[in-house]
Amino acid sequence: MKLEGIVKDLNLRLKCCEDGLNREVRGGYVGDLLSDVIANSKEGDIWITRQTHQNVVAVASLKDLAGIILVQGAEPAPETVEKAAKEGIPVMVTDLAAFEIAGRIHRLIY
Amino acid sequence: MIDWMSDVRFEDSFAVEGGNFRIAGNVSGKIKRILKGIGINDNIIRRVAIVTYEAEINIVSYARKGEIRISVTPDQVEVQAVDEGPGIEDIELAMQEGWSTATQQVREMGFGAGMGLSNMKKYSDEFEITSVPGQGTTVKMHVFNLEKMIHPEYWLTI
Repeated sequence: MKLEGIVKDLNLRLKCCEDGLNREVRGGYVGDLLSDVIANSKEGDIWITRQTHQNVVAVASLKDLAGIILVQGAEPAPETVEKAAKEGIPVMVTDLAAFEIAGRIHRLIY
Repeated sequence: MIDWMSDVRFEDSFAVEGGNFRIAGNVSGKIKRILKGIGINDNIIRRVAIVTYEAEINIVSYARKGEIRISVTPDQVEVQAVDEGPGIEDIELAMQEGWSTATQQVREMGFGAGMGLSNMKKYSDEFEITSVPGQGTTVKMHVFNLEKMIHPEYWLTI
């Protein structure tokens, strides 16, 4: 499923990188520990996290993730959006908790 | 595989600034782009990305400064992370997953889960760590490129 479809269906607020909306989402990963995510996420995963600082962009970029969803209405730091724009990594915000948003995405893509 | 290529080597090194989380991950990103440019296969790139990122984060988290060196041949990617920092007193303990001496501030960012060194060991084919307390730590890793999917055209141009 394209990222654009997920953003629309789940009313995610896009903070960066409309260009990335045509990316294919193949799966997902939930985590706030960067070592866990860098090791275990897979290319094309959508990453659901509560971490809002700019280092999430480097991880997403290194692992070729489809995008980052920040949960519980957490706003990305300004540097996060800046870096995401540079790297072309879509960043989105949802008011839902990680469990909720993961469940809904799971239902959509599998 | 083409034998004449086996002597060819690409080497580079990158400085890593201790304590600067603003640019943490940049060196790993550069290395990934270089390997992509050379035409290293995706599986190797993924593993190198994991181990270089962990090495870079360790330097940023603990050391004053450091350097990540890569040496790429058709057979393997060698990654060496050398830092000037506090060193590690008990390497066996530091290797245990979950063990960390990271500060609270570093942990709040989602680092310091005690997975760095074990990830480096897990995702490399050879892993070697030496440390002198008070001076610094060196981690040397090899990721073997068994498929040797390198574009010969690139090597002819360097």
